[in-house]
Amino acid sequence: MSEPAGPLKRTPLFDVHRQLGAKMVPFGGWEMPVQYAGILEEHRAVRSKVGLFDVSHMGEFEIKGRGALAAVQRITTNDASRLGVGQVQYSVLTTPEGTFVDDVTVYKFADDYYCLTVNASNIEKDFAWVRDHIVPTSHVRNASDEVALLALQGPKAQETLQKLTPVELGKIRYYWFAEGKVLGVDCCISRTGYTGEDGFEIYTRSDHAVRLWNALVEAGTPSGLQPCGLGARDTLRLEAKMALYGNDIDDRHTVLEADLGWIVKLEKGDFIGREVLARQKAEGVRRKLVGFEMVARGIARSHYPIVKGGNVIGEVTSGSPAPWLGKNIGLGYVTAEHAAVGTEFEVMIRNNPVAAKVVQTPFYRRPR
Amino acid sequence: MYPEGLHYTKEHEWIKLEGDQGRVGITHFAQSQLGDVVFVELPKVGKPLRQMETFGVVESVKAVSDLYCPVTGQVLEVNSSLESKPEQINSDPYGQGWMIVVKIAEPKELRDLMTAEKYKAYLAAEGH
Repeated sequence: MSEPAGPLKRTPLFDVHRQLGAKMVPFGGWEMPVQYAGILEEHRAVRSKVGLFDVSHMGEFEIKGRGALAAVQRITTNDASRLGVGQVQYSVLTTPEGTFVDDVTVYKFADDYYCLTVNASNIEKDFAWVRDHIVPTSHVRNASDEVALLALQGPKAQETLQKLTPVELGKIRYYWFAEGKVLGVDCCISRTGYTGEDGFEIYTRSDHAVRLWNALVEAGTPSGLQPCGLGARDTLRLEAKMALYGNDIDDRHTVLEADLGWIVKLEKGDFIGREVLARQKAEGVRRKLVGFEMVARGIARSHYPIVKGGNVIGEVTSGSPAPWLGKNIGLGYVTAEHAAVGTEFEVMIRNNPVAAKVVQTPFYRRPR
Repeated sequence: MYPEGLHYTKEHEWIKLEGDQGRVGITHFAQSQLGDVVFVELPKVGKPLRQMETFGVVESVKAVSDLYCPVTGQVLEVNSSLESKPEQINSDPYGQGWMIVVKIAEPKELRDLMTAEKYKAYLAAEGH
């Protein structure tokens, strides 16, 4: 991702990260921790114990008013009318071309009150987009600066968070949320995440973030809690085949090309980009995002060409070692005829073709 | 963290003289900047290298970094144990994490390299 000019923004937890010895890097205009103990150790902690992430750089928009549902329906691909109060949905803000403005999560707080969580690097672009495309009987407010977001992820997440809240966490189902007190402060506790693991994302007031972080670290230490940075967040989400805006999804690829047809609900009525997506669904896509693993020795990286028989058939969008799986994996767009599981191709690594093959995704599925 | 007696490059390699040969690796600073090393690509024995020519690649989870040969010479030995245990570069960058041994062709090139003291000053000047 290219970094915008100007001073980097900091989350309320910046000083805490520094005290913990985190390595800080620029990310989407923010100065964020990329690692504390090391990406591999942090990754393993989330898969086997519990990890804590500061993701306060993410953006939050409130959409309110009589037309709130109509607004969300118009700007996103998924069907928000199916949401119950307290439910969350993965969705996409689309351009008229059916490509990505951003990928988002939609929260239903009430019939006339929805929230969108958006990517940090897209906050300003998304806000302008939403403001310009919602219906007149709704209004949108950017609450990003008031809201901090901590992600507690891993098999020990529930027992850790339960020490700090009277909310019965066992009753919150995956992709649902509850409003309640954590350390006596109103929070939104969402059973969601970007790691492929069970866990929670806790939305709270910015001025509460440090106290909440420290309490979670203390509560989780007996379970082996590890503070985690963006490095582990990236390897975890890749194993779970969760798309990263700017790498795997962007305004040049459609939602169907990104293999996210399951969140495109053509039957819900009109929405921005519907026409293109309906046509693509009928005609089929020409290229598709696939997951692959390296067969020969080498690590695929973003932008490496994908070739077959000497011809370029695509490009890697994300690639890395998969620490939990012990192999090297990646995502990339390839022409549709090479997208089937089992297809063999090569990734060009420093001018050498290195064998890879298309595999089932997600690469990692948590045991239940 | 920066042993005396080694010679250092601005690209964060070290070379240790062993008679007319030199053992090469990357510095503590380089491995700590990279983070967990997960992959190395090293040259074949016999390959001739010019001073500061790339001789391989080291990859961490997030980063890909070229390796530069401190002196002109021919590759005599390669640390093949790094293929299965690249983490030795993190845990022991001056010992088990060595990468290649070269036959030194031009001993006077060592004068282009830094002593431990100069390398530490160089890191400090770079803001590390």
